[in-house]
Amino acid sequence: MKLFKQLLLIPALLLLFGNAEAQIAVKGETIYTMAGDPITDGVVLIKDGKIERVGAASSVNIPSNYEVHEAKVVTPGLIDAHSVVGLAGYLNQDHDQDQLETSSAIQPELRAIDAYNAREKLVHYLRDNGITTVHTGHGPGALISGQTMIVKTAGETVDESVVVPAKMLAFTLGSNLSRAISKPGTRSKGIAMLRQELIKAQDYLEKRNSEEDYSKDLGMEALADLLEGKLTALVTVHKANDIMTALRLQEEFGFPMVLDGVAESYLVMDEIKESGFPVIVHPTMIRTGGDAKNASMETAGKLYEAGIPVAFQSGFEGYVPKTRVVLFEAGVAAANGLGKENALKMLTIDAARLLNIHDRVGSLEAGKDADIAMFDGDPLEYVTNITGVIINGEKVK
Amino acid sequence: MLQPIRSLALALVCVFLFGVNGLSQSTPQAFKGAQIIPISGEPINNGVLIVENGKITAIGDENTRIPRNADVHDVSGKVIMPGLVDTHSHIGEGDGGDRSSAMHPDVRIMDAIDPRSDTFYKARAGGITSVNVMPGSGHLMSGQTVYLKLREANTTEDMLLYLDDDKTIYGGLKMANGTNPIGGGGFPGTRAKSAAMVRDLFVKAQEYQAKIEAADGDESKMPSRDIGMETLVEVLEGKRTVHNHTHRHDDILTAIRLSEEFGYKLVLQHVSEAWKVADEIAEAGVPASIITLDSPGGKLEVMDFSNKNGAVLEEAGVLTGLHTDDGITDSRLFLRSAALAVREGMSREAALESVTLANAIMMDIDDRTGTLEKGKDADLIILSGDPFSVYTHVEQTWIEGQKVFDRANEDHKKYATGGYEVYRGQVHTHHEHGMEN
Repeated sequence: MKLFKQLLLIPALLLLFGNAEAQIAVKGETIYTMAGDPITDGVVLIKDGKIERVGAASSVNIPSNYEVHEAKVVTPGLIDAHSVVGLAGYLNQDHDQDQLETSSAIQPELRAIDAYNAREKLVHYLRDNGITTVHTGHGPGALISGQTMIVKTAGETVDESVVVPAKMLAFTLGSNLSRAISKPGTRSKGIAMLRQELIKAQDYLEKRNSEEDYSKDLGMEALADLLEGKLTALVTVHKANDIMTALRLQEEFGFPMVLDGVAESYLVMDEIKESGFPVIVHPTMIRTGGDAKNASMETAGKLYEAGIPVAFQSGFEGYVPKTRVVLFEAGVAAANGLGKENALKMLTIDAARLLNIHDRVGSLEAGKDADIAMFDGDPLEYVTNITGVIINGEKVK
Repeated sequence: MLQPIRSLALALVCVFLFGVNGLSQSTPQAFKGAQIIPISGEPINNGVLIVENGKITAIGDENTRIPRNADVHDVSGKVIMPGLVDTHSHIGEGDGGDRSSAMHPDVRIMDAIDPRSDTFYKARAGGITSVNVMPGSGHLMSGQTVYLKLREANTTEDMLLYLDDDKTIYGGLKMANGTNPIGGGGFPGTRAKSAAMVRDLFVKAQEYQAKIEAADGDESKMPSRDIGMETLVEVLEGKRTVHNHTHRHDDILTAIRLSEEFGYKLVLQHVSEAWKVADEIAEAGVPASIITLDSPGGKLEVMDFSNKNGAVLEEAGVLTGLHTDDGITDSRLFLRSAALAVREGMSREAALESVTLANAIMMDIDDRTGTLEKGKDADLIILSGDPFSVYTHVEQTWIEGQKVFDRANEDHKKYATGGYEVYRGQVHTHHEHGMEN
């Protein structure tokens, strides 16, 4: 029986790593390494799934056994800093919508890894648009809807795809709570509920850290992890008053936080900057309704200009289109004050830093994961196509 | 003595009616230096366009004569093209038929539009000058649509695009098939029932039409007035076009089948699976008004939606237009929709037509807009560059010789970008109204 299991493992391993062993050279007329100036006529060498070397074609010798790919423009694989794909599916039927559990308003125990479908079409759709890393998980719509995770858009199971299995806890403040959740009915009640729960978690954490016996509670475990800084609060919030509430809540409990959405951030830019927390800005083309009624296409540029760490998100869409694409959102932001080079940074190295995965992804540097997007023109142009995508050294498009 | 007073009074009336801008209409406007894309012909580099009394009076190369009294706009380095025409939008915060019936040919969206809605400002900021505003797709027939020219307006009447000399027809009829109109109550439960209900109503309309014809002008023999039937007779007479929301390939063919049975003019709307039946659509000679989207999915019926529809329909020889379906896509970024079609293989020429002339033809307004030609309405947009570039902005929108959007003016620009308390109106949310895409 044991031998049989091991025999099964061999083809599985071959399947996993077989392709990655092919060595690849990617030649680009322009290579945005995101670690220094763009290289004209450059080469990226890939070995065993990692970047081996990056440089000018004139200075890099391509070994004869390397498979050569060419592209007009080469960038690091793009990063979607906040999505729900894999939990939210393409069909939009009950059976493929796992981004929001509505049985109660606070459920920090819900793990993204237990709901992620690595074969989901929307995941492949993002991958085909050059996105190789996605921070995804439970969506907006509950005070705390659950946990998020970081995945690569390759792999056929969650275990093959996962980069960070538990990254953040998804909070929603303001009026954007699901109508299926009966309580809270007001903003202030919602904050009271959160504060009470976090105070409970403080007591729980004290017990967890002491030697005394305590009965394990999954929700409290997650909140205690938050209070200890092992998880980060991803607070989706749009209106200026709600942004200030998020800062107030954070100050009381001292957890790490990322502000998410922030349509009215331009009204409280100094306060956000002062707080030091990074921002995952709403999709540039977000529909201007509800709490995000006052969203502006210029907000990404303004946040960037203020020196606030900022990244793009596809966010959550309930209908059509079923997901947004950060590449497209970045393009429109670039044209509305952000600029092309800054937009490319936000799609790659800045997002990697914000998610604290910049030791692995976000730039083309020796030793990092070989995640690469190839384009037939300016990546942000509407009419440019993605001609190739490489993840962990494997060509997936 | 009377004469000057009357003139003055007339001038004041003019100011009241048309605003200060209205008076400048008599001064010719000359645009020079831009690349002009007339759609009706090859692009003209360093071209000249003359506008007078709301009409285009001349278009040509740099040697085109500019009237001595003209206001000259140096637009060197810019691109001028016709104002955009949108064949399917939900701006204006209107509504349509209610849940009392699946078919409402009597209902006019005209009676529900808010002419002051800021959604109109958004559309102008996106370069849209003419638009077909429709009720939703949750009914087999949700009501009459309205064709608008997005002039600065006090009343909805100020914006109407009349199709007949009697000024009785200014829109089409919205129909839908597939899953959206299916439901309980008086709504069909299946596709076949949907078609049967529509056929049944058109048979009645044919009988109503026959009675009118038999009366031959004799009032005493006329059937009693039925405003729903009257609308359907307009459809049967080819005076009012049916805009049929449809997604799946078989539903597309059903829409065509019914239009052929009753001989009405049809524009296919959305046509998500057009790429599967492009040859059949071409064979039927029916135009297609399609959409491009950032991603597929969202409901079962559109699983096989593709942004390649534009390229495939062009190849098949179908008259193809694009629409916003605002709020599904954003009027402010209508040119982006065309660029996404180019990204998936549609030619630049066909994509430019798909947001201008093709849509004007579908709305029967191509005699006055949709191209830049002498004698046509001066509906034009000035772009900062290539119409398909992400970096290009609509800088100005002109309708019938009036500037209705100017990005250089902060009070206008905010409608293009958004910001604090810019928008008061509600974006049409298809989701909450029962899957109306």
